[in-house]
Amino acid sequence: MSELAVAPEVTMPPGSGGMYGEKVAGGGGPAVDFSYVGIDAILEQMRRKAMKQGFELNIMVVGQSGLGKSTLMNTLFKSKVSRKSALATAQEKIPKTVEIKSISHDVEEKGVRMKLTVIDTPGFGDQINNENCWQPIMKFINDQYEAYLQEEININRKKRIPDSRVHCCIYFIPPTGHCLRPLDVEFMRRLSKVVNIVPVIAKADTLTLEERDFFKQKIREELRANGIDVYPQKEFDEDAEDRMINEKIREMIPFAVVGSDQEYQVNGRRLLGRKTKWGTIEVENIAHCEFAYLRDLLIRTHMQNIKDITSSIHYEMYRVRRLHENNTVAAHANGLPEHREM
Amino acid sequence: MASTEIARQAGEGARAVPLAGHVGFDSMPDQLVNKSVNHGFCFNILCVGETGLGKSTLMDTLFNTKFEGEPTQHNQPGVQLKSNTYELQESNVHLKLTVVNTVGFGDQINKEDSYKSIVEFIDTQFEAYLQEELKIKRTLHSYHDTRIHACLYFIAPTGHSLKSLDLVTMKKLDSKVNIIPVIAKSDAISKSELTKFKIKITSELVSNGVQIYQFPIDDETVAEINSTMNGHLPFAVVGSTEEVKIGNKMVKARQYPWGTVQVENENHCDFVKLREMLIRVNMEDLREQTHTRHYELYRRCKLEEMGFKDTDPDSKPFSLQETYEAKRNEFMGELQKKEEEMRQMFVQRVKEKEGELKEAEKELHEKFDRLKKLHQDEKKKLEDKRKSLDDELNMFKQKKTAAELLQNQAQQAGGSTTLKRDKERKNFF
Repeated sequence: MSELAVAPEVTMPPGSGGMYGEKVAGGGGPAVDFSYVGIDAILEQMRRKAMKQGFELNIMVVGQSGLGKSTLMNTLFKSKVSRKSALATAQEKIPKTVEIKSISHDVEEKGVRMKLTVIDTPGFGDQINNENCWQPIMKFINDQYEAYLQEEININRKKRIPDSRVHCCIYFIPPTGHCLRPLDVEFMRRLSKVVNIVPVIAKADTLTLEERDFFKQKIREELRANGIDVYPQKEFDEDAEDRMINEKIREMIPFAVVGSDQEYQVNGRRLLGRKTKWGTIEVENIAHCEFAYLRDLLIRTHMQNIKDITSSIHYEMYRVRRLHENNTVAAHANGLPEHREM
Repeated sequence: MASTEIARQAGEGARAVPLAGHVGFDSMPDQLVNKSVNHGFCFNILCVGETGLGKSTLMDTLFNTKFEGEPTQHNQPGVQLKSNTYELQESNVHLKLTVVNTVGFGDQINKEDSYKSIVEFIDTQFEAYLQEELKIKRTLHSYHDTRIHACLYFIAPTGHSLKSLDLVTMKKLDSKVNIIPVIAKSDAISKSELTKFKIKITSELVSNGVQIYQFPIDDETVAEINSTMNGHLPFAVVGSTEEVKIGNKMVKARQYPWGTVQVENENHCDFVKLREMLIRVNMEDLREQTHTRHYELYRRCKLEEMGFKDTDPDSKPFSLQETYEAKRNEFMGELQKKEEEMRQMFVQRVKEKEGELKEAEKELHEKFDRLKKLHQDEKKKLEDKRKSLDDELNMFKQKKTAAELLQNQAQQAGGSTTLKRDKERKNFF
């Protein structure tokens, strides 16, 4: 059995049978060392269970048309996951209203299976009058929370509730180079309260490095001035270590990304990039653009964290709100049976 | 105004796409594991068995520490459950272990109600979790889970068959908790008797429909070992915290004049198997079963009992809320009715009391009048008496004055002579 990783036997004084385990009375007692029992095998058990169950990730991309959303998705997941690639009848016309199109994919890597859902929002910000264009999106997000809530309060509920809640929303900022537009500010302000927002500067190859830094600074200032908390949110940092890592990330947002799904030959290697007359932009080169940071943040390091924040904070807030809405009568009551709050 | 249109791929399933390069989400299990490690784990074991079967010793041996507590007496009036929580750590894994012991199980003369306190205890833990889950503002993430994940049922090593107390208790518990039966103090049984005993026990359990916990065999990595272990149930264990020198190692063992029983020797007892199964291989599965099967069953029963039903497709959402509202209204109606009744009763009582008081008042008045009359009579009598006394006094005074007058007159007559005599006397001086 591979699980029987042998830990070194700690020699113990005879007849003592190990040190005393502290009895916990409402707090943590000092930890006890003793020769190998095998408790850490639970990590392996967890891992096995996780691999068997697979993971789910739902990403929403929001931005005006032509900003390279679909290409970026394809680049992120190294396969044709975007709406345009998936739908045979890909419309090139800009829709008259904001639509929400959600496409699911099963991907697997090294035995880890993931159900990836990409939610696209064609038509966002494309009309002449863009008032309330965030409403369909907010409704969609709340609908997913609602579906999860309904399933959760069922009497006969499924063993594993299918998670269709939007974990992360990538917002594409057009590379004007000046500052955020009112549409961007409005949208991000409203949505940062219900979902994790990761703002990115799209098509960043139109900005020089100085312009990019200036733009980023302006954006950060505006986000701060409007009280918009994008992922990673400052208030959800758990400990000093988290804070350190997240501070570094917060210094860099919004990420300036370039997407591409075509490979070119650069220095003898085939790399993803964009070829222009004056040079080739390498997507995964951090000197050229910050795509690699975005990918690391989203997938390699913070994916679980993103999902946890969605389920334990955003979803809980929705649940509280929803239960309070239906509960205004009960709020006035006294002498409720038991102490059950619903 | 904008409208939405949600288009999904044809067919509920998602399309499988091949990846053209390394994306990196294979680190997901690692992220998950790291998160859990930071959060810590918790595991709750319930030990059920008669006093003196070696439950505490086995726990000590399993987790290689000395949990506190002296052996309990045999004269408990009823079955109580004592639970202790310990923090254990191994490499970087923190485990909050709770061991619940049944105290006084099987000691009473009438054991019919022994299982009740155990079932109650388990239900209380489920109830606490359910309450937390139904709260509006809840903290499920950091909730200390006290639900029992595994129940070790200690069977006495008689060598014949299960006692009826055992059967009854296990039948009541099998739908609430994962039961793992163990034969305690199995060094009292010989090998051949042991195999017969095990077969007898398993057949009795099956014929009585008791569902003990089966180790899961759906995961290929552990299917093989789990299925072999399933055949060895119930485990025959020996617990010992004392160490004896065998060869040149110190091992946990029990020393007898005729030999030594080594706890960790697979030929001697199944302790190693129990430890493997309970901790090293299936701890996570035990927790999952508790949550998905036993807790869900409890939840379903509890909510149905309260009168909630699931939504049918065309009823409004939040049927729980509506049913709750209806129930609440009903309850409020009842409350009001009761209140009315009580008020009526109150009013009636007040009237009665008032009547009584009025009666009393009337009586008092009468008494008062009587007394007054009496008093007046007395007064009159006294007045009369006084008057008569006054009259007497007057008469007496009259008589006195009359008598004095007479005396004066008499004196006057004789007094003039006295006067003369006085005068002479004066003249003399």
